[in-house]
Amino acid sequence: MAEYKILHDKSNCFYETYERKGELRNQTHYCPGCGHGNAHKLIAQAIEQLGIQDRTITVSPVGCGVFAYYYLDTGNIQAAHGRAAAVATAAKRSRPDSIVISYQGDGDLAAIGTAEILHAANRGENITVFFVNNGIYGMTGGQLAPTTPVGAKSTTSPFGRDAHNDGYPIKVCELLSALEAPVYLERVALGTTKQIMAASRAVKKALENQVKGLGFSLVEILSPCPTIWKLSPVAAQERVRDEMAAIFPIGVYRDRTREAQPYPAPKPAPPAEQIPAILGIESAEGVIEAAKPDRPVDWRIRVAGFGGQGVLMLGEVLAEAGLEAGLEVSWLPSYGPEMRSGTSNCHVRVGTHPIASPLVTKPNVLLALNEPSLKKFLPTVEPGGWVLYNGESIPEGIQVRGDVNMQAIPFTQLADELGEAKAGNIVSLGALLELTGMLRQEAVDHALAHLVKSTRWLEIDRQALKAGRRAAHAREAERAEVCQ
Amino acid sequence: MAEQAQSAMRPDKGPDKGMVEIDTSECKGCGLCVAACNIGVLSLAGWLNHQGYHPAEYSGQGCNGCGLCFYACPEPGAIRVYKLAAAAAA
Repeated sequence: MAEYKILHDKSNCFYETYERKGELRNQTHYCPGCGHGNAHKLIAQAIEQLGIQDRTITVSPVGCGVFAYYYLDTGNIQAAHGRAAAVATAAKRSRPDSIVISYQGDGDLAAIGTAEILHAANRGENITVFFVNNGIYGMTGGQLAPTTPVGAKSTTSPFGRDAHNDGYPIKVCELLSALEAPVYLERVALGTTKQIMAASRAVKKALENQVKGLGFSLVEILSPCPTIWKLSPVAAQERVRDEMAAIFPIGVYRDRTREAQPYPAPKPAPPAEQIPAILGIESAEGVIEAAKPDRPVDWRIRVAGFGGQGVLMLGEVLAEAGLEAGLEVSWLPSYGPEMRSGTSNCHVRVGTHPIASPLVTKPNVLLALNEPSLKKFLPTVEPGGWVLYNGESIPEGIQVRGDVNMQAIPFTQLADELGEAKAGNIVSLGALLELTGMLRQEAVDHALAHLVKSTRWLEIDRQALKAGRRAAHAREAERAEVCQ
Repeated sequence: MAEQAQSAMRPDKGPDKGMVEIDTSECKGCGLCVAACNIGVLSLAGWLNHQGYHPAEYSGQGCNGCGLCFYACPEPGAIRVYKLAAAAAA
């Protein structure tokens, strides 16, 4: 009896059984004669030959190839439509030792994903892209793709693709070959068995490039779609060979694998304990225990003024100081496109309970740094809340509300007396702290030290805080006298 | 083609250089392997598998173990190709 050895068998890179369906666990979901199966086999074989199965990550976005993760026994990530190259970038950069494959169809890569593939290629990401091009949207039922040949009928070009209306087929390899960074671009076809064998070499090379760290490789695989093309599998294969390859010439469009230098290995992420030093916040020694409030609080603050008054900065200081005090905080800016003189306001929440929404629609604190802001937001303030207005007095024409604590203090003027009118925002903060006791001074000091880099300005801000406190204190005293 | 297969089966030629196994339950009957086989030892069966496809079948004799059918087949595990041990070593 003659002895035979296995020459070709199912790659170990495929799962033994496929879990997608209850039955038919030994069969892919692809239509009879679909090129995806061939492409999967070539990739699996190359992965096995290169011995990289345990560190390979396959990214499959939307298209018939979306279910590649049911078949390829590698790490798998499912990406949003067209975004595979971006997801692959993230995977590769965060795990530089992994081998990352982006497996995309033409409806994915050449249509919705054009931006992602172009920029991944332009950055020279060290990933391998397999671009399966059948010139049609297969999964969704045969709509015109950017790669559909001129004259070809599809459900959305029932009279054939008209170049004047729909443009011409996008040639991805040619397009990418205009870029400097890609190392290897080749177009292969699944039109004959010979072409399939040639494709297997290209697939392997594209992966090998990544193993060597050479940079961006893409293999475009012209592939049959017998079902949508309404052809028998054999006739569909012939169409790939004769028609597709005539429109999309097969061949090598870029090969700099010989001269390419391996990319330097990316620096590993710094250990977590070094992060504070990198961010320049090593002085922060955790939460200031003494600054924690002794009762539940829920400060919902609206700071409003015009751009340049330090509205957003003030909000940041409040949120940062809340953090220092171990509180839950949020800061949501809202401003016009102009850096100066537009309207500007922010929503700040500082409280003892987790924050469900950063929006502050019914504030219990309003810091109105100009008149329009007071007009606009005063009606929204919750009864019992605080309203601090930047002025000598509440302007005429604005109804003073008896159900809220309203104070008019000329913050900008006080700051101007300190020599920097721009510090008015911090003067208002001093007043706010004095009136409400919202946060302890230590927490605010720490926050200012983090946020204000210039020592000169830090000193001005400290003076501004004091000035604000003094003014607020004086107003309270006046009011107490009046009441008596 | 048929003549070639016949000649491969002649007893004085010795054992076939190759052998092919087809999992007829996985086969979707696309016929690409049949088209790929240069010596015509594969064909689509007259019967239907449980999914309603005419699966590919090996005639049982004449395979030279070239592996073309394996590459042509889109299914990862439907075709297994063997090579005669002596031929593989050679």
